Amino acid sequence: MLEEIGTTEQGDLVINVGPQHPSTHGVLHLVITLNGETIKKVEPHLGYIHRSIEKMCESLTYRQFIYSTSRMDYLSAHMNNHACAMAVEQGLGLEIPARARVIRILMSELTRLASHQLWWGAMAMDVGAITPFFHAFREREMINDIMEETCGARLTMNYMVPGGVMFDLHPNFQVKTKDFVRFFRSKFDEYDELVTNNIIFQERMKNVGRISAEDAVSFGCSGPVARASGVSSDIRKLAPYEGYDQLNFTEALETAGDNYARYLVRMQEMRTSLSIIDQLIDNIPEGDFQAKTKAVLKLPKGEYYSRVETARGDFGVYIVSEGGTTPYRIKFRSPGFSNLSALDHIARGCKIGDLVAIMGSLDLVIPDIDR
Amino acid sequence: MTNEEIKAVISEYSPEATFDETGTWLNVMIQATDWLPLAEALRNHSALDFDYLFCLTGVDWKTHLSVVYHLTSKKYGHSLVVKAKLDDRNDPVIETVCGIWRTAEFHEREVYDLLGVRFRNHPDLRRLFLTDDWKGFPLRKDYEDPINMIKL
Repeated sequence: MLEEIGTTEQGDLVINVGPQHPSTHGVLHLVITLNGETIKKVEPHLGYIHRSIEKMCESLTYRQFIYSTSRMDYLSAHMNNHACAMAVEQGLGLEIPARARVIRILMSELTRLASHQLWWGAMAMDVGAITPFFHAFREREMINDIMEETCGARLTMNYMVPGGVMFDLHPNFQVKTKDFVRFFRSKFDEYDELVTNNIIFQERMKNVGRISAEDAVSFGCSGPVARASGVSSDIRKLAPYEGYDQLNFTEALETAGDNYARYLVRMQEMRTSLSIIDQLIDNIPEGDFQAKTKAVLKLPKGEYYSRVETARGDFGVYIVSEGGTTPYRIKFRSPGFSNLSALDHIARGCKIGDLVAIMGSLDLVIPDIDR
Repeated sequence: MTNEEIKAVISEYSPEATFDETGTWLNVMIQATDWLPLAEALRNHSALDFDYLFCLTGVDWKTHLSVVYHLTSKKYGHSLVVKAKLDDRNDPVIETVCGIWRTAEFHEREVYDLLGVRFRNHPDLRRLFLTDDWKGFPLRKDYEDPINMIKL
């Protein structure tokens, strides 16, 4: 801390935001150096919700460790579980049934919608609009209800397991999902009227928090943050898994690289997710929802890496196995961690009032960063 | 570029590198001292252009440590895994790559915090998650903490 004070010039102001601050969306602590109202430096201090999940996983079996990953990026719980299940399947050489694949995609896209809805509400609230939050949660509640019926949980689902999914779909799933899609589509115009085309919102978002394509790649950004700068980074397209390559969808890309571009990318992604659900909801194959697996899973000696596209970007699971029932070393490559590392670069030169908007547009989930 | 071509270029820069092609991606095993010149070549060689470091982590092998870099090229789409071996477990040192891939700054701090690998010339090598006065490196296999650790 002494060194930091040493590097600041006379007249600079050092302020702390967080760890308990509503705009940080969790327990993130930022030390900000200001010159007047202009940001000179943002230094994130992490670890307030560090649970050492990677260390815990070293003593959990390949069936157990998946549960802890729902607690990392809790808004993308399904996709986190998915990546872990895929890494284990890769090690076991398991083929999973067609029905399980389709269920996995449907659940992932519903989760992406729920995550983006929460982000949309929170983003608008970050720049001062309270109402959109309630609109977003009205629709998000419907997804939570669908999840609850099939998975038995609303937030930390633990639904994807090695070999497929844990339960079969609830009989109401198709009807309820179709109802939701119809309802949500009809609300999109409202979203645009309320926020997207709102001049005050645009003033706050456009030309703020810019990051170039080159820097986004160098900082390891992924997901909507990278795509808003024109960097193609959708894992569903670059390294398709579970049959995403057989679906008809396009990657959302913008080029401006500012807050508004990130906003537009996520809005477009919600439409993409709806169209993916449309393509699959009437074509769920009959059959098993889980492949037959042994009670105790042992991964052969070696290294396995699987990646999925979560709502925040490229999520990777790196397992080093020594041939036992527990991983020797496990690493979770979380998208939020790399996106946060770019925050200092993005925020420098911006006004302090814009920092909250920039953080909102990065869509940070702190337990995902701290792990 | 095919794996064979990538191997040929890497062999030019670090002749002692060994390769493993059994996994999804090509693996390169090197000594930590050879890392920086190879990293610069991987980033700047026009036919390789590994511009995206998407994962950086470390593994404690009880006898030695290794730092693992997952790289990919946005332009060409090829990927590569580099594993640098650090022989001295008591004082593991490797050159930083912050200047080549800026994401490394945070990732290297994480590896330092949890595994105790020192990254030479890192601009700000401090603990990232744990408090500054924390003793030991939790992801080491011989780490013991009677208060905070729950044995399963």
